[in-house]
Amino acid sequence: MNHALRRFESVLSANTPARVSFWVLVALYLAAIFAPWLAPYAGDDESRACSWAPPSTIHLRELDGSWHAPFVRAVSYSFDDDARRVWTEDSSCRFPIRFLVHGRLLGLDHPVVSPVVGRDAPTGRLYQQPGRPYEPAGRLYLLGADARGRDLFSRILYGSRVSLTIGVVGVAISTLIALVVGGIAGFAGGWVDGALMRLCEVVMLVPAFYLLMLLRAALPLDWDSRLVYFYIILILSFLGWAGLARILRGMIQSLRQSDFIAASRALGLSPWRNLWRHALPQTFGFLSVQATLSIPGYIVAESGLSLLGLGIQDPQTSWGNLLEESMSIAEIRLHPWSLLPGLFLFAAVLSWNLLGDALRDTFDPRSLS
Amino acid sequence: MSALLTVDRLGVSFATPDGPLHAVDGISFSLERGAVLGLVGESGCGKSATASALCGLLPPGARTAGSARLSGQELTSLSEPGWRSIRGRRISMVFQDPMSSLNPLLSVGEHLVETLRTHQDLSRAAARTAAVEWLRRVGIPDPEARLASCPHELSGGMRQRVMIALALCPGPDLLVADEPTTALDVTIQAQILDLLASLRRELGMAMIFITHDLGVVERVADRIAVMYAGRIAEEGPAEMILAAPRHPYTRGLLDSVPGFRPRTGRLPSIPGTVPSPRDWPSGCRFHPRCPDADSTCRESAPDAPGSDGGAACFHPVGSP
Amino acid sequence: MIPMLLGVSLLSFLLLQLSPGDPLSAQRGNPQVPDALIHRIETEYGFDKPVPEQYLLWLSRTLHGDLGYSFKYKRPVADVIRERVGATLLLAVFSSLLSWLLAVPLGVWAALRRGQWPDRLVSLTAFVGMSLPSFFLALLLLFAASVAPPIPGFGRFPIGGLVSPEFDQFGLWERIGDVLRHLLIPGLVLAVGGVAGLQRVCRGSMLETLRQPYVLAARARGLPQRSVLWRHAFRNAANPLITLLGFEFSALLSGAAFTEIITSWPGLGLVALEAVRAKDLFLVMATVLMGSFLLLAGNLLSDLLHAWNDPRVKLS
Repeated sequence: MNHALRRFESVLSANTPARVSFWVLVALYLAAIFAPWLAPYAGDDESRACSWAPPSTIHLRELDGSWHAPFVRAVSYSFDDDARRVWTEDSSCRFPIRFLVHGRLLGLDHPVVSPVVGRDAPTGRLYQQPGRPYEPAGRLYLLGADARGRDLFSRILYGSRVSLTIGVVGVAISTLIALVVGGIAGFAGGWVDGALMRLCEVVMLVPAFYLLMLLRAALPLDWDSRLVYFYIILILSFLGWAGLARILRGMIQSLRQSDFIAASRALGLSPWRNLWRHALPQTFGFLSVQATLSIPGYIVAESGLSLLGLGIQDPQTSWGNLLEESMSIAEIRLHPWSLLPGLFLFAAVLSWNLLGDALRDTFDPRSLS
Repeated sequence: MSALLTVDRLGVSFATPDGPLHAVDGISFSLERGAVLGLVGESGCGKSATASALCGLLPPGARTAGSARLSGQELTSLSEPGWRSIRGRRISMVFQDPMSSLNPLLSVGEHLVETLRTHQDLSRAAARTAAVEWLRRVGIPDPEARLASCPHELSGGMRQRVMIALALCPGPDLLVADEPTTALDVTIQAQILDLLASLRRELGMAMIFITHDLGVVERVADRIAVMYAGRIAEEGPAEMILAAPRHPYTRGLLDSVPGFRPRTGRLPSIPGTVPSPRDWPSGCRFHPRCPDADSTCRESAPDAPGSDGGAACFHPVGSP
Repeated sequence: MIPMLLGVSLLSFLLLQLSPGDPLSAQRGNPQVPDALIHRIETEYGFDKPVPEQYLLWLSRTLHGDLGYSFKYKRPVADVIRERVGATLLLAVFSSLLSWLLAVPLGVWAALRRGQWPDRLVSLTAFVGMSLPSFFLALLLLFAASVAPPIPGFGRFPIGGLVSPEFDQFGLWERIGDVLRHLLIPGLVLAVGGVAGLQRVCRGSMLETLRQPYVLAARARGLPQRSVLWRHAFRNAANPLITLLGFEFSALLSGAAFTEIITSWPGLGLVALEAVRAKDLFLVMATVLMGSFLLLAGNLLSDLLHAWNDPRVKLS
């Protein structure tokens, strides 16, 4: 274990893209874990008055030329002759940006690291919307807002919790299923082996998308929102186990017939114990590389599923789900920032791919190009 | 000088992470038109590097020193386009392993037609006819049918015949054969050697025959050059070298081959092992293994054999 | 081949059985669907019979070309599939060709300039291409197309669909041109995903091949450089590429489906999605079967290509 860690370290120090990817992933996953502390707004914090608001302009100078700490202004929209939204700022107010303002989570006060809008300087008011006293006027949209005025940046942070973890969990379950199926087939041999391998081949014959559709059709369309996450993991795990099971079965078979197993059997050791203690650990290196290389695929699969409306549903967020709003092509130029979750997706997938590639070079030098 | 090939202090060095490796270190010889030179040596002596240098097929990162002139044209300073006009047309090469030297995806006919049409202005049909003729010349039975065969369908001997046809069909002045029979069965070896000898008579090309096998070289060579550790140890007419070798290494080689000399008792072998290019010994490179070595041999390198042959040795066999 | 497809049909049939109710439950409550139709289908497909018998009934009907009835499209499923398969095939073939056209020169170039900047650059772009989800790239390209000004001679970039509204008024060449213009974005999206893997394998395979003795021997015969590179080196390097083509076909079909949906390209993927959304289960099964069939056909094609390229390969 130590040996492997040291090799991993040395590969990272030599391979710059892998090193950068590693830190990017650390940052992304930490951001996901600490989302409530980092997100300016809660995921469902709506403001209809700010529907499709563009990213906020952060000002440093007032109209009279005086310098201030960074602040934003309240925005409102009206429609022009082409029925397009035009956003105007209300210059009478000034909402300074504050950090570490207390927010409430689960009824407890906690500091929010991320920038949040403070009270309006001239009037001291936080809520100032004529006729709508409960809607905050000054909103800080770092990356713009969606149709319901929810802050995209906050939603991306909360969405990362789903998008980044579903892949890892899905791969873990897939690998487990593959280990079981491949293990049974490899050990048992005979007709059990044959039947299981035929099953794998059949599953592999269906292209991933159509398999997703099939599985999705088999499950009810309207889901209990608490169970959605688990259903999706279930579906995703079904995608990858077959190919891996076949490879594992092959590995186990060849290990069974290998010389050192025969030798230890000749020494009187039980074959089961052999396999458990000697043979299987040899597959772990391969498995960990395979798992890392598969994670990006699962992340993309979940995003794709949610994008089509068949995965994570509102009000829960995932990056794919957030991209769903950019699907109406005709309107996308009115709110191009809704494409940004895709960028985060790309960054995560790229980082996993580069890292997985470096890992593969560490553990399997035969595949070095 | 009417010699076809004049090699003068040719050196070949390879770039390695630990510095340049001098595989060939100042060898000189000459080759007349139509003559056969046998270049003999054990593996690691630099003979293959010499062959590659003469065809411009050294790997990138290799450097040549000295001179090699083919009919007056300097080869060591040729660029790649320059080499492309020489290869095949004036110098050709036959390789050791015919299986891997033939493109597995192309048929024999496709190989030959391609080479023929590259060097001569022939139509496809004319090239095909010429290809059949060449196959017949190298002794392949039923040549018309063999045109469509692929390399994996042929035996080792047949493949080598095809290689020879490919090398000779552009009509080169010089054929470099790098261990052409080493990968073949003993019975086939003799056939290939005879083929090469008869083709040489028929076409009049010169040949450099590289091998580690003295028995083989006996059958083909007019002159023999023995290489050791990147240098030529001895050079001269074949009969003379084989009957009365002057360099202790050559004598040791001949003594250790069964059948060359009548003897009884144990087969002598040269003590020690061939040095690697990384640690060539000082002075005469053979001195660690030579029974007659003395301090002179350790300190200074003997002169290379001259144009009339001779041994690069301070105490050649037969001298006091 | 046939047993595999049977296996797929059995698997999908069993999985769909997990769905609560029967395939018609979604339609029963629908006032637009006449009761007589529901009743007819019930008896024809034996929904009141035990599961194995249902499967056999479905199977026998399928073998006669009857894939069921689609409630969403109000037509036999077979007709719907037949109409849409062509578009998917066109997209798959076009993007495969495009990705080869891009990947092969890039891979060869990277192999020839190993370790130098072209190699690194190509490798980096390969990673980027591999990591960019196809649907995101599609969205980006469509966004770009929607804000791009019209190009002279080309018109505006189409942002979806197979043909323009005026298609029926076009002559033959104009029709072909119209389809090609619409094919550009989805084809490009799919090709980019394919180029990455293909280019890497091409580079690795070329590096391997260039070291082979027969390449050296070809140079030794004085053959021109282009001939050595393509006829001798690349043809041998192509074998792993063709194998990859076979392996990647599954990913290609999946990627095509996603891309079709986003760019509104009327192919099999779009149908599959709509079928799932409408709970049109006959259609779902048919699309799954068709997808698997296309995959098998693709693998077969790859085997044929192998045999064509390499005389050592024997077709079983």
